Amino acid sequence: MKKIQAQSQPERSHGLARFARIGRTLVSVYYAYMVEYRAELILWVLSGSLPIILMGVWIQASQSGNFALSEIDFSRYFLAVFVVRQFSVVWVIWEFEREVVEGKLSFRLLQPLNPIWHHFLSHFAERFARMPFAVFLIALFFVLYPQAFWIPAPGQLLLALFVTFLAFSLRFLMQYTMAMFAFWTERATALEQFSFLFFLFLSGMIAPLEVFPPQVQAIAEWTPFPYLIYFPASLLVGLPVDLGKGLLVMLIWSVIFFVLYRWLWRRGLRQYSGMGA
Amino acid sequence: MSDILVESLSKTYPVAVKEAGLRGTFQHFFKRNYRQIKAVKDVSFQIAPGEVVGFLGANGAGKTTTLKMLTGLIHPSDGRINVAGHVPFQRKAAFLRKITLVMGQKQQLIWDLPAMDSLRINAAVYGISEHTFHQRVGELSEMLTLNGKLTQPVRKLSLGERMKAELLAALLHQPQILFLDEPTIGLDVNAQVSVRNFLQEYNKRYQATVLLTSHYMADITALCPRVLVIHQGELIYDGSLDQLVGRFAPCREVKVELAHAYNPEQLKLYAPVQAWEGQSIRFLVRQENLTQTVGKMLAELDVLDLAVTEPPIEEVIGRVLQGGAIA
Repeated sequence: MKKIQAQSQPERSHGLARFARIGRTLVSVYYAYMVEYRAELILWVLSGSLPIILMGVWIQASQSGNFALSEIDFSRYFLAVFVVRQFSVVWVIWEFEREVVEGKLSFRLLQPLNPIWHHFLSHFAERFARMPFAVFLIALFFVLYPQAFWIPAPGQLLLALFVTFLAFSLRFLMQYTMAMFAFWTERATALEQFSFLFFLFLSGMIAPLEVFPPQVQAIAEWTPFPYLIYFPASLLVGLPVDLGKGLLVMLIWSVIFFVLYRWLWRRGLRQYSGMGA
Repeated sequence: MSDILVESLSKTYPVAVKEAGLRGTFQHFFKRNYRQIKAVKDVSFQIAPGEVVGFLGANGAGKTTTLKMLTGLIHPSDGRINVAGHVPFQRKAAFLRKITLVMGQKQQLIWDLPAMDSLRINAAVYGISEHTFHQRVGELSEMLTLNGKLTQPVRKLSLGERMKAELLAALLHQPQILFLDEPTIGLDVNAQVSVRNFLQEYNKRYQATVLLTSHYMADITALCPRVLVIHQGELIYDGSLDQLVGRFAPCREVKVELAHAYNPEQLKLYAPVQAWEGQSIRFLVRQENLTQTVGKMLAELDVLDLAVTEPPIEEVIGRVLQGGAIA
């Protein structure tokens, strides 16, 4: 007869090695999961084509009006917005709310790993699953509109990729923090819908910050929104941005949201009733 | 030394009450009235290592709420809990490694992927080495007769196979304490028996402590020498199953399908009637009178079909409650 000794498993891995294995396993399993839904994924990729439509609008406008950016600048900018958006889109609040309302969060809470890692890494894995479709659309765009073609310098590309990853992380953290309200209201997604309005205007998704009045620009620069899209997109196309300030503002907002998330998480768990489970 | 120690445990939920109709909805919109529901009241018990205990009670009696507090999912309103030397709600990693919770009505396996993928996640999360992982999956899938099923998408498995795969996922980290909430719900008789046998074997092999709720009397009789009965949030019985059953459920349920309608008064003379559904009648017959009563029914009535079963656990509990004061 074997007596279970939970503490005496010498083969249990520790620290970094353990986290590396968790990361690897979660990403590979969630990648497989996302690939199961590849048909839907194409629709999701296409549903992110708002920037391409806006590109058309702004190219028209730039031909008649007087703007800080040229026609080619606009087309490249909105293509970059499309790319950044593909790799930073976040829907965790819908997932989290469902898990709370249906009591599915219980399974995650029973395991010795903070549930945030499941959510974060499933989003991360989804990026790889949608990559082929996004690359295809970008290629198609350049075939149809060869004047806009450009290749960023390798250093610039790496920097833009890195900042896109930071933008995704910050957007994820912001939405995750709002998701914590699911413990109280059960309809936390309403908060996301409301804040999406600010996101839409201040992130640079509808128009690059250059075309905004200077006062609006000055205020927007201290909110987290421009750093979610405008900042990485500008780096990608080579528009001038203040890199140091941008990274600093991102860091400050990350700390603020992280502290808020931890605070709400601890209080929320006391509210949690594991409904239906 | 006990594995589970519960002292004066209580849980109160606020529940918003809304009156029916448009008026009630408007009132609900502007000012919410909350009622405090006491789901668990002043419950105390202890469970020793290796014990298998059945947790009985009607729907809404507070079983699941208690299990959720024992596993650290929800915060108790009052009282003290110690499980395997830990305070559950702190959800320390060392605590979570020692316990598991299986919910028959919920599933943790990812629906569209083979169970093996979910198992790999669990292995990584609990830090189980590759070698141990394969060894345990082999051992458990043999005990559960799941060989070959773990590489099929979970959605393609039968309900019984899925439940077994859920059990495997829940036990991969070899927990010392098992909390099982309706682990056999909705399963056919064969699947129920195999889950039951597995739990028995697991308990024997690893001396695990088990606290189990079930609606099936057979689960409880097969597995649990000791039972706790909870009624409206209060613990009303803690003792051996034999005593409880002997005292309060010395009856069998006799279901009779009649060829034509009889006078209800005439039928009541055979035994107390539990339910009428047209010409199908359920009697509750005391065990000592069983042969005689069934013989009489077959001789005197025009019987199409007759079946003798144990009364559902709800009815046993019902009798327990009717029985009044319980030690």
